[in-house]
Amino acid sequence: MMKNNSQQKHIFSLLVENQPGVLSRIAGLFSARGYNIESLCVASTTDPQVSRVSLVTKGDELILEQIKKQLNKLINVIKVYDYTDVAYVQRDLALVKVRAKPENRAEILRIVDIFRSRVVDVSPDYYTVEITGNEDKIEAFLRLLRPMGIKEIARTGPVALAREDQFK
Amino acid sequence: MFPIKLTGAQILFKVLEEEGVDVIFGYPGGAVLDIYDELWKTNIRHILVRHEQAAVHAADGYARVSGKVGVCIVTSGPGATNTVTGIATAYMDSIPIVVFTGQVPRALVGSDAFQEVDIVGITRSCTKHNYLVTDIDDLARIVKEAFYIAKTGRPGPVLVDIPKDIQQMSTTYKSIKEVKLKSYKPVYKPNMKQLQKAISLIKKAKKPLILTGGGVVLSKAYEELKKFANKIEAPVSSTLMGLGSFPPDSPLWLGMVGMHGTYAANMATGECDLLIGVGVRFDDRVTGKVNTFAPNAKIIHIDIDPTSIQKNVPVAVPVVGDCKSTLSMLNKLLEEEDMESISDARKDWLKQIEDWKITKPLSYKQDKDEIKPQYVIETLYELTKGDAIIATEVGQNQMWAAQYYRFHKPNHFITSGGLGCMGYGFPAAIGAQVACPNKTVIDIAGDGSIQMNIQELATAVQHNIPVKVVILNNSYLGMVRQWQELFYDKRYTCTHLEYAPDFVKLAEAYGAVGLRATKPDEVKPILEKALASKKVVLVDIRIPSEEKVYPMVPAGAPITEMILV
Repeated sequence: MMKNNSQQKHIFSLLVENQPGVLSRIAGLFSARGYNIESLCVASTTDPQVSRVSLVTKGDELILEQIKKQLNKLINVIKVYDYTDVAYVQRDLALVKVRAKPENRAEILRIVDIFRSRVVDVSPDYYTVEITGNEDKIEAFLRLLRPMGIKEIARTGPVALAREDQFK
Repeated sequence: MFPIKLTGAQILFKVLEEEGVDVIFGYPGGAVLDIYDELWKTNIRHILVRHEQAAVHAADGYARVSGKVGVCIVTSGPGATNTVTGIATAYMDSIPIVVFTGQVPRALVGSDAFQEVDIVGITRSCTKHNYLVTDIDDLARIVKEAFYIAKTGRPGPVLVDIPKDIQQMSTTYKSIKEVKLKSYKPVYKPNMKQLQKAISLIKKAKKPLILTGGGVVLSKAYEELKKFANKIEAPVSSTLMGLGSFPPDSPLWLGMVGMHGTYAANMATGECDLLIGVGVRFDDRVTGKVNTFAPNAKIIHIDIDPTSIQKNVPVAVPVVGDCKSTLSMLNKLLEEEDMESISDARKDWLKQIEDWKITKPLSYKQDKDEIKPQYVIETLYELTKGDAIIATEVGQNQMWAAQYYRFHKPNHFITSGGLGCMGYGFPAAIGAQVACPNKTVIDIAGDGSIQMNIQELATAVQHNIPVKVVILNNSYLGMVRQWQELFYDKRYTCTHLEYAPDFVKLAEAYGAVGLRATKPDEVKPILEKALASKKVVLVDIRIPSEEKVYPMVPAGAPITEMILV
């Protein structure tokens, strides 16, 4: 099949049965078929038997269509939401441990304030800051903190939900 | 009534009996002792194979001819890993089987215990679904679900891994009447809008072509297909897996398409302006160079599995649905259409097809001194009046069987299409013979393939399963040799099977009948003798090493560019 070269980033939100092995079925599907996973977030939903997987992948239109169908084909996958052409909210979370030299502390706190993030841990040498937002916002935040010396980062991929009730 | 308490092993057989299982192919071992200790108390027939791979192939062969779910039981560790090739074969060809593997007791899972292997992990990508039973109260439901998943939608293999302690412990058994899976609901009935689009394309088409595949056989849609093809007067070609789903004596029949397809079928694919794929998946052996496949055609693709559609070829009208219900709905819609002028409209196209068929039919050069494999297959066809169940191994033997045996009925050709699994044919033939004890079942083999599961002679003899094995013996891995001759400058690296056992003596050593033919005039009497026997027969037929399968499309070439005889 003619492959279209325009690679688009794409977010799928899956409802899956909360059972052992489900994540490996999803990950296995991607590796076996040569699709890539940019990021993956899993957590339970209001129904303890159901988990939500937020998955970011890349590919042309045909590949994305295949990915969606293949995910649907997995027995433990209850529903695949495709957030193309749908209004949705999306958030990443990052924890950033930044070096807090006395001369930088005020500046760090100013940046934290501007980005509506929060300092969640303070030690003599470091601040740990929590920030949520979309990828661009987090990237911008990191760019500003980098000159102060970022020690460590822990970052989630995006989690997403469609606005209102568009899938009904 | 008081609730009854049953052990895990007893629950397993309860559900198997509810599912109507009457035969199991298996091989006992430490982790399934408790299951085997219940087996003798049931009425289920057990076929003791000599290698677990053969158990799965036999269950697969049984499923292909009977349409029922094939069942096997094997032990943990090596027993389980030996099933993988068989499971992958069934997965590629969408065959409903359920494989039960024993597992070490739950307390030992993950401890690298003796004969422990993570078979659920290993088979995740070659099963339709698989389970590790971790709670005895789930056992009945899981077994029930396994059968349901195996046989519904696009069928496929399901594996259930049962730890030994679960087989031994007891619980209250409650029969499960209905399986409900919120995440698995196969679509059988197609979307009406798509059908209407299909009808309008069919009416506009000048050169339509139907391509049938394994889906037609699996959904038992041959009557509907026949009606459909005759109604729209479109020629019909088939994939390897679809052989038998359309009568070969119909003037609309073109034969198999693809790498070793007929000239007419491949040319028609190149020329058609509408291709209606029914239960096919446009595998690379069918399409050849994919972007030159059916270059002038719009494609209507009918398949129960949405992932098959738009995977390899661009499709104009995707129809997700079961072949049988889809074709019967199309037939119904066609009844309301005015098809008066269709014969006129098709005249030129059918004339062209007829020309292709007449000018370049399948052919080979007959020889006075050497036995031609094509002649062997033709003789088998003649002697069995086309009514035998034909299993094949993989390679030249498979392609000659597909080309020269004319399959009038579905479920009569059992072959490893997708995986191309050497060693498949003989155990699959055993399974087929178990399903149809009154039929003639023939495995068409090569000298390479047969040696991959030849130990099953013992199984066939022990259980009196009178399969006939016809070895087309050319002392080579013939198909690989053919590629080496045509594309690797005749460097026959490692394909010469210089040493082979004396197959006649080998058959006799196993208690089977061994026969041999070395000259053309011996073929018919020897085959007659083999077919008349009520025993397991192994026929060694010496054929020339140089004989090749034609037509042949080189890998990666358009299918209209064939090498002919």
